[in-house]
Amino acid sequence: MDLLEVKNLDFYYGSQKALADVTLNIRRNAITSLIGPSGCGKTTLLRCFNRMHDLYPGNRYAGEIRLQGRNILSKNEDLINLRSSVGMVFQKPTPFPMSVFDNIAYGPRLKGQRNLSFLREKVEKALRQAALWEEVKDRLKENAGGLSGGQQQRLSIARTLAVDPEVILFDESTSALDPISSQKIEDLMTELKKDVTIVAVTHNMQQAARVSDYTALMYLGSLVEYDETEIIFTRPQKKMTEEYVLGRFG
Amino acid sequence: MTNARKRKLQNIAALSLSALCALIGLGILFAILFDVLKNGARSINWALFTQDPAPPHLAGGGGLKSAFLGQGLLTLAAAALGVPLGILAGTYLAEYGRNRKYAKIVSNLADMAISVPSIVIGTFVYAILVKPWGGFNGWAGAAALAIIILPVIIRTTEEMMAMVPWNLREAAFALGASYHKVIVTVVYRAAAGGIFTGILLAVARVAGETAPLLFTSFNANFFKLSLSGPTPSLTVTIYLYAASPYENWVRMAWAAAFVVTALVLALNILGRALIKYRVKG
Amino acid sequence: MSKARYLNLGFKSLTFLASLSVLAIIAGIFVCLLWESLPALRHFGIFKFLFTADWNYAQESFGALRPLTGTALTTFLALLFAAPVAVGTAIFLTELCPHRLRGAFGTAVELLAAIPSVIYGMWGLFVFAPFLEASVQPLIGKTLGLLPLIGFFFQSKLAGGVNVFTASLVLAVMITPFIASVTRDAFNQVPATLKESARGLGATQWETIRQVQIPYSRQAIGGGAIIAMGRALGETMAVAYVIGNRHAPLDSLFAPYATITSVLANEFNEAAGLQLSSLFTLALALFLANFLALYLGKKLLKKEL
Repeated sequence: MDLLEVKNLDFYYGSQKALADVTLNIRRNAITSLIGPSGCGKTTLLRCFNRMHDLYPGNRYAGEIRLQGRNILSKNEDLINLRSSVGMVFQKPTPFPMSVFDNIAYGPRLKGQRNLSFLREKVEKALRQAALWEEVKDRLKENAGGLSGGQQQRLSIARTLAVDPEVILFDESTSALDPISSQKIEDLMTELKKDVTIVAVTHNMQQAARVSDYTALMYLGSLVEYDETEIIFTRPQKKMTEEYVLGRFG
Repeated sequence: MTNARKRKLQNIAALSLSALCALIGLGILFAILFDVLKNGARSINWALFTQDPAPPHLAGGGGLKSAFLGQGLLTLAAAALGVPLGILAGTYLAEYGRNRKYAKIVSNLADMAISVPSIVIGTFVYAILVKPWGGFNGWAGAAALAIIILPVIIRTTEEMMAMVPWNLREAAFALGASYHKVIVTVVYRAAAGGIFTGILLAVARVAGETAPLLFTSFNANFFKLSLSGPTPSLTVTIYLYAASPYENWVRMAWAAAFVVTALVLALNILGRALIKYRVKG
Repeated sequence: MSKARYLNLGFKSLTFLASLSVLAIIAGIFVCLLWESLPALRHFGIFKFLFTADWNYAQESFGALRPLTGTALTTFLALLFAAPVAVGTAIFLTELCPHRLRGAFGTAVELLAAIPSVIYGMWGLFVFAPFLEASVQPLIGKTLGLLPLIGFFFQSKLAGGVNVFTASLVLAVMITPFIASVTRDAFNQVPATLKESARGLGATQWETIRQVQIPYSRQAIGGGAIIAMGRALGETMAVAYVIGNRHAPLDSLFAPYATITSVLANEFNEAAGLQLSSLFTLALALFLANFLALYLGKKLLKKEL
C-alpha cells in the first residue's frame, strides 16, 4: 500500500473548481515532484495533503485522500493530529520570533512535551538531520531571525522534522534562496527520504529532474501525467508532457 | 514689472509665509515648554512629592503627595482594565473576525470612539458609576480613563497583528498548532513590540486627561490609597489650583504642570523612538 | 472534540466578548445621555431647548442657545486661524525644510499635539491671554473696531484676556498640529511625476503647490480639518480656563462667553434636577455633533482620489 492515495479528488475555492478528478499514489520514502505552469493546481493539491485550505472559509473537497489507508478528508479527521504527521516547508523561510531552540522545540511543546533534556535531544537530532547543527550549536539561544536565508529555511525543515512527520510537503522551498543554499536544501531532501516521504512543488524543472524519483505534471487543475521522473523527462506518454519538459509552453 | 518677475516674487513671498507658519508653530511649542519649565522648575522641591497640601494661607508649605499617588493609582487601574480587554478585542478583529463585516464595523466604531470628547465620557461614567453609588469615587475615574484607552489599544493591537506576515501563522498551523496557540505563541510575540508602544502612547494620553476625572474621581486633599472614595489626581489638581486665588496653590499647579508635561512628552518621545528603532532594525 | 479545540473555542469566545465592549460603550453613551436628558427635553421640548438663550438657576429655565453658539463660534474661528497655518507648516515640512531636519521638525509639531489640554489651558490663562489683551486686542480694536456697523464687535474690552478670541486662538494652537500632519502626509502622497511635470512646464514651486499639490490633496486636507473640528468641539480644559463661562449676550469678540464644554466643566458637579438634565442634553448634543464630524471626516480621508 502506498503512503498517500489520492482518489478522484476535486477541490473548490468557493464556487471555483481548482482541482478536477485527480488520482495518484505517493510512494513511501521517495521524492515526488509536482510540476506545471503557474495556476495549474500543483500548490492547491499540495495544500490538500495537510488540509491547509481549511484555514479559509468556503473551500471544499470532494473525493478521497488516504494516508496509510485513513481518509484524511473525512469530517472527523483531527487536523492538529494530521498536521503533525504531514509537515510543510514554505516558499519563504518562516522563523518564529523566538530563539533557535524554541523554534525547533515548538512542535514537541505543542504536543505537551515539557521535559527539557528530552527537548534538548530532540532539537539536536532535528538540527543534525537538517544539516544545521554545526552552524547553530553555539547560537541556540539567539533569535532565529538573525540566521541567513538558507539557514532559516533549514531551520524551518528542522522544526518540521522535530514533530516526526511521515510526510513533508515542500512548497517551492528553494525559490527564494541563492543557488548555493538551494543546493544544500536539495542535498538535504535526498538525505531525508530515508526517513520520510517528500512531496515537492517546484517551478524549476531541472530541480525536479535532479532530485525527484517521481514526477507529476499538472495542467488546469488536472493531472496530465504521473510516472518515474526519468520516464517523464525522457520518454513521456503524452505529447503535452513532452512539450512542457522541453520548455515549449508554461 | 514683468510677468516672470511677478511670479518669482509671488513664489518667494508664499514660501516665506509657509516658513513663517512653521516657525509660529514651533515657536508656540517652545513658548509653552519654556513657560512651563520656568514656572514649574521654580516651584519644584522635595516637599512637592512628600507632603500633603497645606492650607492656602500658609505660604510656601505643602505638597501634592496625594495627587501623585492618586494619579498613579488611577492610571494603573485604568491600564489594568483597558489593556487586557483592548488586546483581546483587537485580537478578535485581526484574527477570528478578519474579513468579517462585524469586525469591520467594530473596527470603524473603535476608530470613532478614540475621538469621543473625553468630557462626554466623564458625563457618561458619572451617570452609571457615580450617581447610582452616591458619590465621586476612584473606580469611576479609572473606568473613564479605561474607556479612553480601550479603543486606542484595540486599534493598535489590530494593526500590529495584521502586520504579522500571514505565512508565519500558516507555518505554525502546519506544525499542528490550533488557532489560539498560533495567536498566543507566535502572533503575539511578533506583534509585541508594536503593541507595547501603543500601550505606552495610550498611557501617555490618559496621564494628561482632566475632563473625564472632573465628574468621576474628582479630588481629595488626603488620600488613603483606595479607589473607593474621591481620588486626587495631578491634572484635576492643576485645574483647581491654577484657577484659585492663592499664590502658593498656583505655584503648585505650575509644578504639577511641569511634571505632567515632562512625563507625557517623555512617554511620547520614548514611544516614537521605539517605533523608529523597530522600523530600522 | 479535542482539548485544543475546546481551548480555541474558549479563546475565540473571549476575544469576541471583548470586542463587544466597543459596541457597549458607544451604545451605552448614547442611551445613557439620552435617558438623563429626557427630563429636560420633556420639560422644555427639543426645539425650545435648542433656541432659548436663558440660563437661569433661580427660575430653573435652561436653554442651549448660548453654549451652542459659543461652541460653534470658537470652533469656526479656531479652524479659520489653524487651517492656513497648518497648510503653511505642511508646505514647509515637505518642500522647504532641509531633509535632515524634516524628521525632527515633524516630530516637534506632533509633540505639540501630545501636550495635555489642561496645560494649554493654564498656559493660555497665565501667559497667552494677558499677552493677547496687551498686544493683539488693541491692534484689532484700532483697525477692525473702526469699521461701520460691525465695528462694535471688535472693540477692545478688558477682562483679563478671558474671552472668545483667546479661547479660539488656544483651540487653534491645539488643532494646528493635527491638520498639519494630515496635510503633510497628503502632500507626500502626491506622485512625484505630477509635481515634476508642472515644474517642467515652467511653474514656480509655489504655483506647483497651489495648482497641483493642494488640489490633489484637497479631500484629505478637508477630512483632516473636519476631524480637527470635531476635536475643537469637544475640547474642554483649555476652553474652560479662557472663555470665562459667562451666560450673557455676546456683544464683542473680546467678551467672555460660554461653550458646551465650559458649561459642563464649571457647572456639572454642582448641578441637580433640571439643570443637571440640561447639562446631559448638552453633552448628548456634543457627542452627536462630534460623531457626525468624525464620520464625515473619516469618509473624506479614506476615499481614494
